[in-house]
Amino acid sequence: MMGLLREAWYIVLDFLEMLGACGFFLVKLLRLTPQALMRPRLIFQQVFSVGAMSLVLIMVSGLFIGMVLGLQGYNTLNKFAATSALGTLVVLSLLRELGPVVTAVLFAGRAGTALTSEIGLMRATEQIAGMEMMAVDPVRRVVVPRFLAGVISMPLLVAIFNAIGILGGYLVGVALMGVDIGAFWSQVHGTVDLYDDFLSGVLKSVVFGIAATLIAVFEGYYAQPTAEGVSRATTRTVVNSALAVLALDYLLTAFMF
Amino acid sequence: MAANEQQNGENAVEVTGLRYRRGEKQIFDRLNISIPRGKVTAIMGPSGTGKTTLLRVMTGQERPDRGRIVVEGRNLARLDDDELYALRRNIGFLFQNGALFTDLSVFENVAFPLREHTRLQEHLIRHLVLMKLQAVGLRGASSMMPGEMSGGMARRVALARAIALDPKIIFYDEPFTGLDPISMGVIVRLIRVLNDSLGLTSVIVSHDVAEVSSVADQSYLISNGKVVARGTPEELDRNKSAWVRQFLQGLADGPVPFHYPSPDYATQLLGEEHR
Repeated sequence: MMGLLREAWYIVLDFLEMLGACGFFLVKLLRLTPQALMRPRLIFQQVFSVGAMSLVLIMVSGLFIGMVLGLQGYNTLNKFAATSALGTLVVLSLLRELGPVVTAVLFAGRAGTALTSEIGLMRATEQIAGMEMMAVDPVRRVVVPRFLAGVISMPLLVAIFNAIGILGGYLVGVALMGVDIGAFWSQVHGTVDLYDDFLSGVLKSVVFGIAATLIAVFEGYYAQPTAEGVSRATTRTVVNSALAVLALDYLLTAFMF
Repeated sequence: MAANEQQNGENAVEVTGLRYRRGEKQIFDRLNISIPRGKVTAIMGPSGTGKTTLLRVMTGQERPDRGRIVVEGRNLARLDDDELYALRRNIGFLFQNGALFTDLSVFENVAFPLREHTRLQEHLIRHLVLMKLQAVGLRGASSMMPGEMSGGMARRVALARAIALDPKIIFYDEPFTGLDPISMGVIVRLIRVLNDSLGLTSVIVSHDVAEVSSVADQSYLISNGKVVARGTPEELDRNKSAWVRQFLQGLADGPVPFHYPSPDYATQLLGEEHR
């Protein structure tokens, strides 16, 4: 029993230690951000590889999730003869929850792992040390542009995910199931609030973008410089990002709604 | 102060009383090394003696437990990060695997330090990069990617990048390892030519005795954390120490035994039989 308690205590200590290290790393990234902003080309390159290269995954996922929402929502609402509320259901579900959360988890799997393994392999092949020996701070040159690219990309990806998701819900609800097109959009127009629904989703996407990208670059930068070390760091990126996003989602939802 | 300045005038790097421990193992124990300015100095020793660690300590990548390291007149222990980075602009470092940026072309790899540290116009950067690549014989490969090159070519590109900012000192970490004889000959020649034509100070860490002897002005042999011998290649050749003879001639047995420390052979075999 005491052994179990001790194990649990060590896990808590490890978690707090990682949280502290991540916090210090975030402060360092923010401190170097003004310098990195002076070279926007480096950031745009990363927005392309982190954001634009994730587009297909995000768009296809958004379409299917919107379609599933439309189908499930229609079947449930039909029992109460309230299918005209389908538009509201689809749009609110996407804007408030599914858009930011699913995009962030997919982002961690697609772009987060790429960031971790790229930076980890740069360390393993001494490219990071090479940069330090050329008197170039690798955090400023390599990590900050990638971090900023992730933070910029996430809200944009969420917006695209939501737009395609709503289109998917509309296609299934209106085109397939025959919900009235006027009822669908007028319900959306009447119930979706700019601040409570739309901007709260944007805020979530920014917070998730910071969390998921921070975890990815942190794990990559401090990965053990071996094949096994980079592989473990990549796994930790997916697991920790997903957990962080879900935990932050609960906290933000509890505060905002 | 005057003595210090005079010393700095003669030696580009001065390591005094270096102690460094990794875990339980004492890597260096009161190690003293002087790297004379303008010369090619080699640091040799068996694998695992901490030669690469010594280079990392000399360039401030690792901090020693004790001892004083003075590079270009600056005591590394007293430098903050910005001062250390300023000092490193005068230092070139050739990593064992080249450490080229795999997402950049050969041209961009060599241009990297210039773009980071200067505000030169694009045509000047182009001229400088082509001059550096010409010096290592790879001007024609400027558009290649590092993944398309052999190990020897990658090391030459890394050398061009290391001299891009015209450093005063250049450190080579195992520059001959894993190269074919022709590439090795090219690197040996480049080290000598660049050292003399650019007025550099070169430090080579290696265990390739023949290549080092052909290029080094003086060599240090280190083992078990201490300097075992030093001198010109000719002086080392005349050294009577059994350890030095074993290392230079590559003998399988000697002061460094063929067998890793183990219990008595017969006792161990018979003991297992009776178990």
